[in-house]
Formats: sequence, C-alpha cells, structure tokens
Amino acid sequence: MAGYKPAAIQTYPVLGEKITQDTLYWNNYKPPYNYAVTASSRIHIYGRYSQEPIKTFSRFKDTAYCATFRQDGRLIVAGSEDGGVQLFDISGRAPLRQFEGHTKAVHTVDFTADKYHVVSGADDYTVKLWDIPNSKEILTFKEHSDYVRCGCASKLNPDLFITGSYDHTVKMFDARTNKSVLSVEHGQPVESVLLFPSGGLLVSSGGRYVKVWDMLKGGQLLVSLRNHHKTVTCLCLSSSGQRLLSGSLDRKVKVYSTTSYKVVHSFDYAASILSLALAHEDETIIVGMTNGILSVKHRKSEAKKDSLPKRRRPAYRTFIKGKNYMKQRDDILINRPAKKHLELYDRDLKNFRISKALDRVLEPTCTLKTPEITVSIIKELNRRGVLANALAGRDEKEISRVLNFLIRNLSQPRFAPVLINAAEIIIDIYLPVIGQSPVVDKKFLLLQGLVEKEIDYQRELLETLGMMDMLFATMKRKESNSVLEHTSDGFLENKKIES
Amino acid sequence: MGEEASVRVVRCGGSELNFRRAVFSADSKYIFCVSGDFIKVYSTATEECVHILHGHRNLVTGIQLNPNNHLQLYSCSLDGTIKLWDYIDGILIKTFIVGCKLHALFILTRAEDSVFVTVNKEEPDVFQLVSVKLPKSSSQEVEAKELSFVLDYINQSPKCIAFGNEAEYVAAVRDFYLSVYFFKKKTTSRFTLSSSKNKKHARNNFTCVACHPKEDCIASGHMDGKIRLWRNFNDDKKYIYTCLHWHHDMVMDLAFSVTGTSLLSGGRESVLVEWRDAMEKNKEFLPRLGATIEHISVSPAGDLFCTSHSDNKIIVIHRNLEASAVIQGLVKDRSISTGLMIDPKTKALVLNGKPGHLQFYSLQSDKQLYNLDIIQQEYINDYGLIQIELTKAAFGCFGNWLATVEQRQEKETELELQMKLWMYNKKTQGFVLNTRINMPHEDHITALCFCNTEKSEHPTLVTASKDGHFKVWILTDDSDIYKNAVGWTCDFVGSYHKYQATNCCFSEDGSLLAVSFEEIVTIWDSETWELKCTFCHRAGKITRLCFGRLTCSKYLLGATENGILCCWNLLSCALEWSAKLNVRVMEPDPNSENIAAISQSSVGSDLFVFKPSEPRPLYIQKNISREEVQWGVFVPRDVPESFTSEAYQWLNRSQFYFLTKSQSLLTFSTKSPEEKLTPTSKQLLAEESLPTTPFYFILGKHRQQQGEKFNETSENELVQLPLTENIPAISELLHTPAHVLPSATFLCSMLINSLLLSKETKSAEEIPDDVDMEEEKESDDSDEENDFTEEVQDTNNTDLGVDIHQLSKSEEKELRKFRKIDYSWVAAL
Repeated sequence: MAGYKPAAIQTYPVLGEKITQDTLYWNNYKPPYNYAVTASSRIHIYGRYSQEPIKTFSRFKDTAYCATFRQDGRLIVAGSEDGGVQLFDISGRAPLRQFEGHTKAVHTVDFTADKYHVVSGADDYTVKLWDIPNSKEILTFKEHSDYVRCGCASKLNPDLFITGSYDHTVKMFDARTNKSVLSVEHGQPVESVLLFPSGGLLVSSGGRYVKVWDMLKGGQLLVSLRNHHKTVTCLCLSSSGQRLLSGSLDRKVKVYSTTSYKVVHSFDYAASILSLALAHEDETIIVGMTNGILSVKHRKSEAKKDSLPKRRRPAYRTFIKGKNYMKQRDDILINRPAKKHLELYDRDLKNFRISKALDRVLEPTCTLKTPEITVSIIKELNRRGVLANALAGRDEKEISRVLNFLIRNLSQPRFAPVLINAAEIIIDIYLPVIGQSPVVDKKFLLLQGLVEKEIDYQRELLETLGMMDMLFATMKRKESNSVLEHTSDGFLENKKIES
Repeated sequence: MGEEASVRVVRCGGSELNFRRAVFSADSKYIFCVSGDFIKVYSTATEECVHILHGHRNLVTGIQLNPNNHLQLYSCSLDGTIKLWDYIDGILIKTFIVGCKLHALFILTRAEDSVFVTVNKEEPDVFQLVSVKLPKSSSQEVEAKELSFVLDYINQSPKCIAFGNEAEYVAAVRDFYLSVYFFKKKTTSRFTLSSSKNKKHARNNFTCVACHPKEDCIASGHMDGKIRLWRNFNDDKKYIYTCLHWHHDMVMDLAFSVTGTSLLSGGRESVLVEWRDAMEKNKEFLPRLGATIEHISVSPAGDLFCTSHSDNKIIVIHRNLEASAVIQGLVKDRSISTGLMIDPKTKALVLNGKPGHLQFYSLQSDKQLYNLDIIQQEYINDYGLIQIELTKAAFGCFGNWLATVEQRQEKETELELQMKLWMYNKKTQGFVLNTRINMPHEDHITALCFCNTEKSEHPTLVTASKDGHFKVWILTDDSDIYKNAVGWTCDFVGSYHKYQATNCCFSEDGSLLAVSFEEIVTIWDSETWELKCTFCHRAGKITRLCFGRLTCSKYLLGATENGILCCWNLLSCALEWSAKLNVRVMEPDPNSENIAAISQSSVGSDLFVFKPSEPRPLYIQKNISREEVQWGVFVPRDVPESFTSEAYQWLNRSQFYFLTKSQSLLTFSTKSPEEKLTPTSKQLLAEESLPTTPFYFILGKHRQQQGEKFNETSENELVQLPLTENIPAISELLHTPAHVLPSATFLCSMLINSLLLSKETKSAEEIPDDVDMEEEKESDDSDEENDFTEEVQDTNNTDLGVDIHQLSKSEEKELRKFRKIDYSWVAAL
C-alpha cells in the first residue's frame, strides 16, 4: 500500500532579497578594504594581495585621467588635465612617450587591438590616434560637438574604436576611412561606453540610462535599462561576458544578466561611484568613489574544499551496479522502487517514537538553524493528538530546553499559534511540580514577562491601527492589507494561573 | 427513442461493498461481495466486475458458497428469501422463501440440507440463530418454513457468530458473553469475562469471534483491542483463555487461516496483523491499508486473504501479506463537503473521498479512476482525533487548474486553513501542486469559484469567507532568468459593511462577479473590481447564487434561507420575479439555460427545472427522495438524447445526478438500472472458467499455436478466422452434456482432425497446396457428403448432427487427405 508520508514541514517565503546563484556569486566578496588615494596627479599600482601601492608614477603636472594597461600588461597610458597623454613602461619611472596635441583635458585613452596605437579623446572635442613607435599623431577626428569623455577600442579589429561624448552621441571610427562609420544617439551626455568582446554589441551609459546597441544591425537600440536613479558613470563586463556591471552616482553597482538584461544583483557603497573595474576571473571588484575612497573587494575562492579525512563511503560503482544492464531476451525485469529517504525525525514518527522525535528537533542545531522544522513537528504531534505525551515526563534539563525554544520563538507571528498551544500544555503538565527547580522557574518567569510584553505591544499596535483607520476613513479610502496577529486570550488566563 | 417511458429516479452505482464479509470462490479466482440489493462478482486477478447478480428485492445480508457444489452460491436478504445462484453464468437457480427478515447466513458442510440464518424476534434488538431446512424440490420457488431454534439472544452482525471444528459447536458473542452451543450434546455454555461484571465502563465487550478450523479453539475480539483465545471450553469450570494484545482500539474482525496456523485481525488502525501459532511475539503486519478494516476473509484454497474497509474498498492480499488487488467503490466519507463536481478533462465525478483525498469516479463504469492526495500527510486513524478536512474544491480554466481548501479546527479560536492550487500537467496526466497559501482568510471559506472564460489570459479565482472579505487571486508570472514559474497572488480584497461573505459566482462571460453578503447580493466589475450595484430582498441570508446562462445571462438567481427564490434582472437592476421555494440545491446546466432546483419539504424533496426568463417551471418531479438532497450536478452527455416531449427536453444534453444525505447517488433515467449497467461478456466468463485438466492443456496449446499462426498470416484472417472456424467445434464438444454426445470414436477422429489442420496450414509453403486440394475436393464432393450424412444418422441426435455437419464439412475432406498422409507424427506425440 501507500508508503509513509513524511511530516509536512511548513516553509515560509524568505523575506528580503531572493537568494539566487548570482547573489551567491557576487556576495562571495570578502568585506571591503577601504583606503584612500591621496595624490590626484599620481598613478598608484597596487599588488594583487597587498593593500599597499607597489609602484607610483608621479610625473604629471596636473590631474591624471584614465590610466589604462595595454593588453599584455607591460605598458600603461594615461591622459592628463593639461592635455598631455603619457605612456609609461611598467618597470620604468619616467614616461616612455609623451603625446602632445590636445589643447584641453584628456579624459579617455585606450590601446588599439594591434597594441601599437593609442586612441585619446579630449575636452577640445577631438579624438586623436597616436602611433607609439614614432610617438606621432596619425589622425584627428573632429566630429564631436562637445567634450569627449569616454572611449573604447575594439578588441578584434585594430582600426575600430568608439567614443562617447557630451553631445549625446556615441561614434564609431575607422582608422582607415578618416571619419566616423557609425553614430548612435544616446539622448544624454555619454559617460561611459563599452564594447562586448565579440564587438557586436555596444553599451553606452549616460544620464540614468544604460543602453545596449546592436552594431551589426547598424546601431539599432536593443534595450534601454533604467535601474539607477542617478547618472550612470561607469560600465564594466564580467570576465565571462555573462554579466554587465554599472556604477552610478546613486551609490549602487548593479549586475545585469546579458541575456535578459535583468538586474540579478546589486552592491551598495558608501558614496557616489565614479569608476569601476573587475579583475581577471572576477577575483576583485574595485570601485572608486566621490569621497576619495577606493573600495577593493576580493572574492573568496570557491575551490577551497576542506580536505578533512572523510568517512569512507561505498564507491560510486556500488550504486550504479547493474543500472546499465541491458535486458536480455528471456529476462524478466523486476523494478525495485526507489528507497525514499526519510529524515531522522520522520523515522521516529513513522515508528510512533514521539518523544524521541521531539527530542531530535529540539537539538540546538535544529532549533537555531531551522526553527520551522521544530515548529512543524510540534504541530504534527498535536495533529496526532500526542503532544501532551511527548512533552510529559521530562527532567529539568530537557524541559528547560523546550522552554528556551519557546522563549526564543513564541513572539514570532508565524509560530505563535502552535507554540502558544504547546506552552499551555507544558504549563498544565508541570504545574504540580513548580518550585522544585530554580532554573525552570526562572524560565517560566521569563516566559511570563515575554508574554506580557507581547500583549502590551499588541495593544499598542491595535491603538495605532485604530488611529490609522480613522485617518483613512476621513480620506475615504479603505485599507486593504493590514496584517495583525492576535494573541489568544486563553493563553493570558493560563499565564495568570501559572503565576 | 420513439415512445418515451416516464423519467424515474434511478440509483446509479456507488453502492456499498463493505457491508458484509467478501467470499472467495473455491479456486480463488472470483470474489463475491454484497452490494445493496445485488451481489457483485469480481475477478481477483483483474479487479473487474464480471457479474452482477440481481434478484433480491431488499438488502442482501449474507452470501456463502454452496459446500456441495462450489460453482453455486447461496445468498439471503432482508426480503425473506434465500437464493441459490450459478455465479459463472449469473443465473438464479432457486429461491427459498422463508418469510421473515434474514440478517445473516451460515452454511455447514456437514448439514447438507439445512442452513443457518439469524432472524429478528419481536424485540428490535434481539436476534436468534435458527436452522432452516431447505426442501428438495425441482420447482424454482420453494417455501422453506421448517425452522428450528439453535441460539437465542445473539448479535445481529455475522461477525459475532462462528461455527467451529467440523461444525461441532457454534460460538456467539454479545456484550460481555460468549455462548457456545454444542450440536452433539445440544447444550449451551456461557462464559463471562470476570472483570466485566463489576466495572461500569469496562471496555472489554466482545466485538467478533472466530473458530479454529481444526482444533477446539475460539478467538474473540474485544472493544479494548485484546484478542482472547479460548480453549477447553467443553468444561464450564476448567476453561482457559490466553490474551493477545496489539490493537489499541476495537478489534473489528478476526479470521483464521485455512490450516489454522495463523490468525488475522484488523481494526481502526488500518493494519492487518497476522498472529503466527497464536503467539504474541510471532506477528506480521501489513500497515497503511488506508481505512478501518471492517471485515477479513480467507479464501478456501488458502492463498488469498481479503479485507473490506470502511472507505468502500476491498483489498485482496496474497498469502505473504502483499496486497495484490484493490476493488474500490465510490468512497462515501462521513460528509461530502466539496459537493459534486465534474472534472472537465476526464468527465469524471469528483468529490472528497478517502480522508484528505479527492476521488475521481467514473459514472459510466461505476469505478473509481484515481485518488488525488490533497493533504499529503500521514493519516493517523484514531478515535477522537481532529483531522484536517478537505472542505472546498473547484475546477477552473477547463480543468487546467484545481483549487482546494483544507481546514482543521481544534478550538474555537484556532483555525488552520490552507488553500492549494494545482496545475494539470499534460505529461503526467495529473495535477501537480503549484501554490500553497496559508491562512488565505481569517475565518472559514464559504465559497470559491474560478472565472471560466474563453480568453483566460489571467486565470482568476475568488474566495469568499466568513471573515467578511472576498479575495481575488490571479495567476502571475513568477519567472526570472533562472526558471519559468507561475504562481497565484492576491489581487484584490473586497468587503461590504463587514457582513460575512456567503457565496460567490462569476457570470458566464466573466465580466461580472456576484458576491452575496448575508442578505445582500453585490455585483462587481471583474476588470476594475468596482462595486456596480447591490440587490437585497430582505428574505434571509442568501444560500445559493447563480447567474443565468446563454440567452438568460442577464438574470441572476438567488435562493434565501427563508425559502424565497429570487430572480434579478441585471439590465434593469430590478427584481424580475420571486417564488416561494425552499431551495436546497440549485445547479445550472452548462449546456443550456435550464436551472435545476431541489426543494426540501417535510414530506420529501422535489425537483423543479426552470429557465430564469420565466418563473413557470419546465418540469416538476415530486418526491424524488425521502431524505434531504445535499448536492446535485449536471453531467454533459457524450451522445445527446432526443426526447421530443417538452417535459423531458432538459435531459437531452445533460444528465442530472444528485446525492442524498445518506449518500446514495441518484439520477433521472428512463431506462431500467439493468440496462444502464455495462454488459459483461458471459462468453468470456465461460471460456475462463474451464477447469485446468490435462485435456485443457492440449487445447490451450493448440489455441496458442493458432494465435501464433494467425499473427504470422495476413491480418484479415486474424480478425475473422480463429473464432468462427475452430473454436465452436471445441466448445461444442466441451459444452454438450456427455449423455447426448455421439460416440467417442466419431468425435476422436474429428478432434484430431481439427488439431491437425492447424499444423498443416501453419507452414507457409503448403498454402498453395491447400488451394489445390480444395479444388480437387470439390470435384468429389458429392460422395463425401453422402458418406457423412449416413454417419450422422447413426448418432440419433439430429440437433447436434446438424452442427457437426456444418462444422466439419471441410475438415472431413481434410481428414480424407490425411488418411493418405504419413501418420508418423502420432508417435512423436
């Protein structure tokens, strides 16, 4: 006949943020190590693990902008407030090249895909392409009509790069044609642009919007995201290309899925975010903020499995033995039903060992981690009409364990109906022996105090609700969702008897 | 259907199977159980009902196999007759008229011409065991008035009487007494439990008794769960008893196995306990049988047991305590709270059945299709336990969604409510739990209904509750990038001056929702959830509410507590008409505008069928039932009937079923109940019941070979040949009484002939030869014919002769051919 049905464990919706594999991944960063960068005309290079700068470039006359590593990590280029672009060797100290030509601050620089050119955009509305070996200017594009504040070179094609400007446009330039090949209208001053590794998708941010454009369809708008409520200042792609990150002045970093463009996770920071970067394999997330603080978060490595000497289990092949046996002609196949796994408390309940089952769910590991299981088992025992039997006959230590659980969870609205009933039964059973153990008596008094406090609290809530009702009534509107739990009067009476 | 018989109320299936112990046939192939006025014959292997024996005019109270002929069955009934049946063919052989109500039947092997019955004497609660002498007579109906008294003051139930050890004594129990009557000595000994005399609330009264088949040993079951084994009871002083105790509640039934080595017991725990060698420690269990065990019986062959359960089910259990078959009737719970529903997908009748389950019951085949476990918790069957009850259920969106409400109320203030929404899964063809809502309302849910519209993009459910609110639940898309999921959420909460919401109902197009708050009906727009208008007739609380359909969709009907039926016009927002009718059930027909209302008066229940557009009823049937009718439902017909008379037109497209308070399921029909039941193949049964003799094995093999042969050859033959050609020959041979058969020598050649034929035609390369043969045979047909007819006349039986003549015409030709052929195969046999 039908097998044993396990006791129903009440599940409750987890309040707050939903736990998904994304939240787990992005929450895996260790607590941030915040420290200040003092010099505005310097570039500090920090080691991967040490929180100290291991190298500092300080040959700038004015504020440096947009330090960018070459793909191989051997050269670094940066723009400057005075219009200069400087190229450094990572091991040297003095600038390797200095590109002079911009008349105003250079806010964006990048290496092209062939590693031998540098693209720069400046506040003088121009975009220039420089040759590294000759340290000469190759091309100048004067198509933007406002500051050029962001840019990005294609990782596939050495001749393609894009720039975003405060004239609300993002333009794609081809070094072979002398002019822009594509232009898209973002609608707000563009703060940041990003090309996908494939080069097919372009992401631009400006104002409160992050927009994704399909380059292969000639710059068609694919999706427009409005998840920030202040200007989005920076964009970044995760190493796998599956997630897009955006930082904003509203102090949040949002993580999007690049398939559905839905927000899957969000980081909160202390100040408005100006810049954002992810390390290789997403090991570190670094955020620069307006208060001058740089936040670095390291992700805990996942592969850290504890190599404790485990109990030797049967080998995998014992479990799959005979599973892939093909049926021969004259064989009769007999299917054995899969053995259903039962929790320990369910095994006790199945055999009507009720006190044992209750003991099991009153273990500290269960009561602290999963109080809903304990409550569900108490409810199940009550349904079977044996709760009084299970609670009776306990010594001082065991009863104080039950009382501890009650004290901790009685005031929770979702557990209250079940636990109040259990508390009543306990009081009924142990009333004759009260006063024999000071420990238990103290617990009872504690419980009484808790209940009185709860009743006061409920009364206060009811008063507040009454006031609010009156206010709403005057506004001719009805309140639809007022949730209020009631403490049973019977419990109050019992408490009085007990005391 | 030309002339129309009058419409009558007909009981349609769902009768009790667990009223008395089931009885096995001698070969354990069939199981018999009483079922109302009928006796049902089930196959133990296939669980199919193969026969229904009808003939009794009142409740059948006992059945027993005829010990002298195990193909016959005795039955007794409250109509005062004992009938003898041939259960293989389902024929009534004989009727013995006793003339007083018979409550139980016992038959002994030793007493060939008499049976024992329990009859009621004067006082209502006093019963007697008497033996009835069955006179030998050839007539169909015989008076059997020769009664001789055996035991007085016994219990009505046959469980309390047992005949023991070669029928030397009979044991009967009642209250605190065990009486044993010895047939040889003609004395009665009476034993009392010592403790029972002085204690007032002693719980050790006897409940059932069983006798050991071989030894002098009586087992008795008691109210307190103990089983006592009595021995040495020949002596009034020196009797002894031992106690077996496992049951914690009343022992419902006891049975010894055929050899007497083990004792079976069962009770409310729904666990079958097998006590080996009457020892306390040697016991085996078969747990979780679903419901209280009412009866236990053992097959005469000893290989099967069966238990009858309170949920109208018989479980056939193998000797090694493995359930092998379940015969499940319509489960009749203590109360039908969900009402009758029709599953739109399977067209099955749906109501709550087993505790915590919803049963799907096929009306056509009178069989339970399946049980849906709603509560999904271990069922502990104990006296006084407050169980979780399934109180409401509704189907929506053409059977794609099912909503159920379960509740458990221990004290006034502690109500546990849970609403579950189930989605139909096409792949598994069943319902899967989708959403579970704890405490959807703060008080009892009084009604729930789905919005069943064609364009249901947002399935909508409305629940009305005593807490004064009605809530609208809608299906929302809950999917994110990780999974696709749908779930139900509350969309709107409505109330009207804190009155209790009692009913809710959607209009046919789903645009309006009517919710009744005690005396007031409110109409809400289902798009915006705005209150449109209210109706009030000041005639008591609204008990039933429904919208008109099709052309009458502008009407809203409401029945009130004080016996007023109101019809409001939704266009003019005014009362159209009202009538004084104490409506208990009001059901709209899904296929027409008709509405059926059943009213309750002191005399009985009356049915009214009307259209909302006119207050005059189309059809009235008075007194459809003496009891209160609780629920009704219209079931759409698969094939529409064509009643031409106006009064019966409402039955054309739907059939109306209703359930009375005593839970008999009734309907209206013009046909007799015999016609309604699905015919069973009697021929099949006859074939099946052939005894397994060596002869059978030869024939069986032969038939198998034929089957193979026809599988190999063309499919046309497969359909036609095997039945028409050969089987009549064999069955003719076997079914004809021996004394009218022709001589064995004649038959032998014929039989061998027929056997050979198959072997011959089996080989494919000989088929063309066969054709040739046919042709050459036709040429010398005439003399063959003559030869044969001469032989037939020898047999002196023209009737049979004609048959043989027809059947073996071609075979005879074959036979002639075989004479020429080599007969070496005989040696091979």
